[in-house]
Amino acid sequence: MTTTTTTPAGPPSPAGLRGDPVDLSGRSRPGEAVIRGVLFAAALVSVLTTVGIVIALLRPAVEFFRDVPVWEFLGGTRWAPNDSGNPDFGVWPLVSATLVITVVALVVAIPLGLGAAMYLSEYASPEMRRRLKPIVELLAGVPSVVYGFFALTFVTPNLLQKVLHIDVGFTNALAAGLVLGVMIIPTIASLSEDALFAVPLSLRQGSFAMGANRMQTTLRVVLPAAMSGVAAAVILGLSRAVGETMIVALAAGSRPHLSLDPREGMQAMTGYIASTAGGENPVGSTSYNTLFAVGLLLFVITLIINVISIALVRRYRQEY
Amino acid sequence: MVKGTNMSTHSVTASSPGTEANRHTAGGSVGSLSDVAQEIERHLPDKLMDPIMETSLLNIYYGDFHAVHDVNLAFGRNEITALIGPSGCGKSTVLRSLNRMNDLVPGARVEGAVNYQGQNIYARGVDPIAVRTHVGMVFQKPNPFPKSIYDNVAYGPRVTGMKVDDMDDLVEGALRGAALWDEVKDKLKQSAYGLSGGQQQRLCIARTIATKPNVILMDEPCSALDPIATARVEDLMLQLTQDYTIVIVTHNMQQAARVSDRTAFFTARPDETTGNRTGLLVEYNLTKQLFSQPSDQRTEDYISGRFG
Repeated sequence: MTTTTTTPAGPPSPAGLRGDPVDLSGRSRPGEAVIRGVLFAAALVSVLTTVGIVIALLRPAVEFFRDVPVWEFLGGTRWAPNDSGNPDFGVWPLVSATLVITVVALVVAIPLGLGAAMYLSEYASPEMRRRLKPIVELLAGVPSVVYGFFALTFVTPNLLQKVLHIDVGFTNALAAGLVLGVMIIPTIASLSEDALFAVPLSLRQGSFAMGANRMQTTLRVVLPAAMSGVAAAVILGLSRAVGETMIVALAAGSRPHLSLDPREGMQAMTGYIASTAGGENPVGSTSYNTLFAVGLLLFVITLIINVISIALVRRYRQEY
Repeated sequence: MVKGTNMSTHSVTASSPGTEANRHTAGGSVGSLSDVAQEIERHLPDKLMDPIMETSLLNIYYGDFHAVHDVNLAFGRNEITALIGPSGCGKSTVLRSLNRMNDLVPGARVEGAVNYQGQNIYARGVDPIAVRTHVGMVFQKPNPFPKSIYDNVAYGPRVTGMKVDDMDDLVEGALRGAALWDEVKDKLKQSAYGLSGGQQQRLCIARTIATKPNVILMDEPCSALDPIATARVEDLMLQLTQDYTIVIVTHNMQQAARVSDRTAFFTARPDETTGNRTGLLVEYNLTKQLFSQPSDQRTEDYISGRFG
């Protein structure tokens, strides 16, 4: 017997003394269950939304493909869903416009974005990096409608027509692509910079010790080591470019037109959806259902890009 | 690219006789590793008459912090010099000053001179990149590039614009020189990350000798390796003295005793006002001498394990 148990007015004996019963039963914690439920619901909302989108896209799209054969949609080269005399549902003009605009955007965004990333990560002083990086990221906060007007009212008339003397129309894929490229620079620059900066200093030291200069070290050692992150950054920028709507709807035009010449006006997939979703078409009509067919195709394309991105990230993953 | 006077005796040698690599051995062939170890029992002059490199009144600062005070050291050609001492004594800082790697540390400043073949590498107009092609470096943790084994070795010659007749030959010679060829000859195109730690460190040595430096700096090259890999790298160092001068920083006194010809013992002295610890050279002598009859009490305390 210990003194604590023999003293009548003493404190209760601590649990765990030999012979004392130990109570390990749990108290009920209803708060935990509630929090768990709330968090689960939060996760569920995004999953259900995705499922809902797929269903909402699929049903009218299936109806559309009852009227228009899939091969005519995917193989046709004339897009005229509202031509009452002779409607055509060949999606290629929309796809090619998206392609041209995206390529122009990437031609702008990859060199500038990667250049900015390399400067910030490898050349800038820590002080400079600390100040410049948030400014680069600020570009991502500009609403895309502002970019669209910038393309329409500044880039086309001033930069393209007056300064560069390029023969472009009021709406053209070039202006849309250029501005779209500027819009995705922060995405590519910021994410690539993270990847470059994460490359261990020891690799750079190893390169410098071999007599390499800074550019060689950056291009031949740091960039390959960060390739998985850089590839992910570029693909994310690409997805944003393909899905961007406001800029292309405003600046690229609304005339479906099969062409690979960026100086011409053309209608991209997102541009078509934006301009047709205005409500002119009766619900259930074939021309209404085109919206969902194009939307589904866009969804599939973005999905494929994302799958490629994941595969690339795995392929180039380096354990340095 | 103009190299030093001992360029003529300079070559990448094969690790074992009787191999096809004889075409690389312009400067005489090397026997087995034990032969090399015995050969190291050569007579060394107490006083260095013709050092390949020397520091005079070397002081190194990081911003306001005085890291190293008045170091005078000379490194003998084809010798191994070990820099030992407790942590924070400035030995790695001194090592990095020998090929201007300290330039990469923001705020680092060097006073005094580091003369390489009679030329101060801190003189105005000296290009640190050119210095590093003469004075290569191997780091504490193996740091191969995320490339194939072949490309790791070919990297230095490529970036420095070295005139190379046959890159395959050069890569093979460098890998043989680092005693790694037999282990990797069938997987030259595979990633260097597939190699073990010890192999990676020998790859880093191969990568360094591929650029044909005269001096190789090694910053605790075995601290991340197991004892067997350490033994291989030590054997390799002894073998490399055929063609190179080696300066090694090590925390392992047995290693210094095993491989080095001369040893420099550093210690750190706290500043009376700031409390910052400034590194200084206590004693520099032939390794045998330093370990058997240290002339300074601090050296004796350190090597007998009484502090540090």
